[in-house]
Amino acid sequence: MRMIFRAVLLYLTIGAGAAPAALTIEITQGMEGAMPIAVVPFGWTGSAAGAPENIAAIISSDLSRSGRFTPLPDRDLVAHPTDAEQVQFHNWRMLNVDNLVIGQVTETGAGGYTVQFQLFDVFRGKQLIGFSFPASHADLRRVAHHISDLIYKELTGEDGAFNTRIAYVTTANRGEQKSYTLLVADSDGYNPQTILNSGQPLMSPAWSSDGKRIAYVSFENKTAEIYTQDIASGARRKVASFKGINGAPAWSPDGRRLALTLSQDGNPEIYTMDLASLALKRLTSNAAIDTEPAWSPDGRSLVFTSDRGGAPQLYRIAASGGQAQRVTFEGKYNAGADFSPDGRKLAMVHGEGGAYRIAVLDIETGLLRVLTDGQLDESPSFSPNGSMIIYATGTGNREVLAAVSVDGRFRQRLSLQAGNVREPAWSPFAVD
Amino acid sequence: MRDQLKSLFAVLLIGVLAGCSTTGGDKSATGEAAVEDRSTTTEGGAVSTGVAGSGSFAGYSLDDPSSPLSRRVIYFEYDSSNVGAADQDLLSAHAAYLAGNPGQTVTLEGHGDERGSREYNIGLGDRRGQAVRRILELHGVAPHQVNTVSYGEEKPAAEGHHDVAWRLNRRVEIVYTGR
Repeated sequence: MRMIFRAVLLYLTIGAGAAPAALTIEITQGMEGAMPIAVVPFGWTGSAAGAPENIAAIISSDLSRSGRFTPLPDRDLVAHPTDAEQVQFHNWRMLNVDNLVIGQVTETGAGGYTVQFQLFDVFRGKQLIGFSFPASHADLRRVAHHISDLIYKELTGEDGAFNTRIAYVTTANRGEQKSYTLLVADSDGYNPQTILNSGQPLMSPAWSSDGKRIAYVSFENKTAEIYTQDIASGARRKVASFKGINGAPAWSPDGRRLALTLSQDGNPEIYTMDLASLALKRLTSNAAIDTEPAWSPDGRSLVFTSDRGGAPQLYRIAASGGQAQRVTFEGKYNAGADFSPDGRKLAMVHGEGGAYRIAVLDIETGLLRVLTDGQLDESPSFSPNGSMIIYATGTGNREVLAAVSVDGRFRQRLSLQAGNVREPAWSPFAVD
Repeated sequence: MRDQLKSLFAVLLIGVLAGCSTTGGDKSATGEAAVEDRSTTTEGGAVSTGVAGSGSFAGYSLDDPSSPLSRRVIYFEYDSSNVGAADQDLLSAHAAYLAGNPGQTVTLEGHGDERGSREYNIGLGDRRGQAVRRILELHGVAPHQVNTVSYGEEKPAAEGHHDVAWRLNRRVEIVYTGR
């Protein structure tokens, strides 16, 4: 049996061919009051003409994508200091930048580098933080994102989510046939890697809480089945192939269980599955559609979609089972929930007046806020620091991704040069 | 006469099976079937009781374009799994054929339009498939002859983001699968 699965995997991934195209991110709505910052191109000491990665450009792009910063354009940089002695604070004060980032990349030997950076408070004229990191060529982008995280944390007090990834599904037409691909890329769109390519639909990617595995639904056998796959090795395991629906997988925060939807008993119900034994526990028992389970971050309860009241709304149930409590009351259609990392908010698809948009519910106050303005928005997923929500939307006749800050003030679009992209899932923080 | 009917029926059945094996070959050409054949072994391998029709064989041919059996799509209203009166008649024709051909199996592929959440739409497609299954079984089709799969909004019949496309996409397709 194991051998068969191996062969399947090989078959399915072959034909992915050349490296997949990267997502392009454009900011569609800036944020008033974003902090001005100058990120000076890093100095370079090494054998080649220039550093293998433009670290300052990666940091600058990270900070602007967060919506919290407006990095000074390169042409407005009045000087190019690469160490503290060269910094003339009055020059930067005149440009009204609050903070300044400088740094250097030094080649240390065969394929090794040191990346050093300093962050300054321009008005007080002093260093806030400074670090030095050893890095291999392959690590350089990751180090740049880590520096962005450190700067973001120092200046906003919140964790940055730059060293994270997103999973998504792309579709393309190959002649008469449709091709479906599940990919994982860095959160800035770089480094897309194919997880699986198939001629049949792929759906509902879900990250394990350690960010090392992904669960998804594949129709490759002309029926819905749930697989879990180790991202680094590509090894995968079929965990659910029951009669009817095998859908909506969601990992428990401790990584031991999967919540999922099965219709083996005649209609869709929520189950949890112990991943070691594959033993099932049924949580709901209702003639309605019960689906799309989302774990609360403490693992004690799940929110799911049910039309037991006549139309889809969100309900909450204890992870051990019992009575479900209705959570959403505003609007005719609320489905596809995702918990904010602090467990206080729920993002969802909110249908009203024929439009389907992403809304966020404050669980404690019951306040619902519609964040997007599309017609067919779906699949909301929180960034692991809770600051942004990535979701799927349409533009013209194409499917693209978009991200919006939780306060709705900052927006960006993530699209492919050609083809459709859908079902984004933002990874948790990396566990090293 | 009875014997003649029987041999006619046998010819028909062979025709159906031949049709099925072509679609099977087509599957491997597009590459899905090479993967694994579980679906047919789990669902289809269950039974093959008497071949000749004992039920109310209606005399329609699957391959005849003027036969009601050539219509194999049922459409639904928004967020609904109710089968309309006209489609009830169509389903009873399919049911009569299946009851008369106990070796024949069908897969009911449930679909929804693109609006709203994807997995909820899988639920809607499943409910539509189950509604059609119940009607078939009510008309004497054996449970093992009917398999359902919901594709939700993943396999639209019509592209486009408007009512016309959505109406065409809220459907159950009856796919004759053989054994």
